[in-house]
Amino acid sequence: MKAKVYVTLKNGVLDPQGQAIGKSIKNLNIKGIREVRQGKYFELDLDSAENVEEQVKKACENILANTVIENYRFELVA
Amino acid sequence: MKAGVVVFPGSNCDRDMKIGLENSGFDVTMLWHKDTKLPKLDLVVLPGGFSYGDYLRCGSIAAHSTIMTEVKKHAEEGRLVLGVCNGFQILTEAKLLPGALLSNKTLSFICKPQKLKVASNDNPFTDLYMKGEEVMFPVAHHDGNYFADEDTLKEIEDNNQVAFRYVENPNGAVNDIAGITNKKGNVLGMMPHPERAISKLLGGEDGKKFFDNLLN
Repeated sequence: MKAKVYVTLKNGVLDPQGQAIGKSIKNLNIKGIREVRQGKYFELDLDSAENVEEQVKKACENILANTVIENYRFELVA
Repeated sequence: MKAGVVVFPGSNCDRDMKIGLENSGFDVTMLWHKDTKLPKLDLVVLPGGFSYGDYLRCGSIAAHSTIMTEVKKHAEEGRLVLGVCNGFQILTEAKLLPGALLSNKTLSFICKPQKLKVASNDNPFTDLYMKGEEVMFPVAHHDGNYFADEDTLKEIEDNNQVAFRYVENPNGAVNDIAGITNKKGNVLGMMPHPERAISKLLGGEDGKKFFDNLLN
């Protein structure tokens, strides 16, 4: 089983990297993209234990995301 | 007074910190990040550098190093903890201090002497400064942009937890915050490097006063 974890910046947190990426996209003459915010994606390979979802949540809360500035969500896939 | 300087893989300001402390009369021990017990210390310092290569987020992995359990206990006992630069980042990741350090607004690494003013002298680190006193410590960081949400920021300001503010904010830090303490005032995190300003030969002596003050 795998967990796909998405970590994104909370609204209101400045994202200068996202802004720089947005500028680069514009410079490539790609239209229609207003704003870019950069996040992180993790793939966790899991044991098939019972409380594995709880363990993934713990990993997210304690290290994968800094909950002061980031939100996280995850999905479990077979 | 006895101080310990923690060395994480990737720390690189540990030896300068030892010199800065000894220059003012501290008795210094170097501490390895895997140590499970601390000797009896008055002050623990988390120095600057690139612990764990700044992987994931600056200080995020060091915050979970073995020794941090002991550092947290030391802080809970009301003893002193100082985090400089990467050390400040580690303290926020370890939740010993509120808020977080983001990438500099300019996206560039800033390395220069920086004027600061003392915002509060209500804690053992700055109590011998005058409020508003200006000091000059070098900064050298890419991710020194201090951030806290509205509620946390209000609490920090109301409790007088801001120790230093930038004069001419170089990195976009909210409220020009360069260094803060926890509520109790025994833990201080700051982005500028006092240990790099301990002699005229280095360009400034304001850092010597910082360490001298701590001895009292």
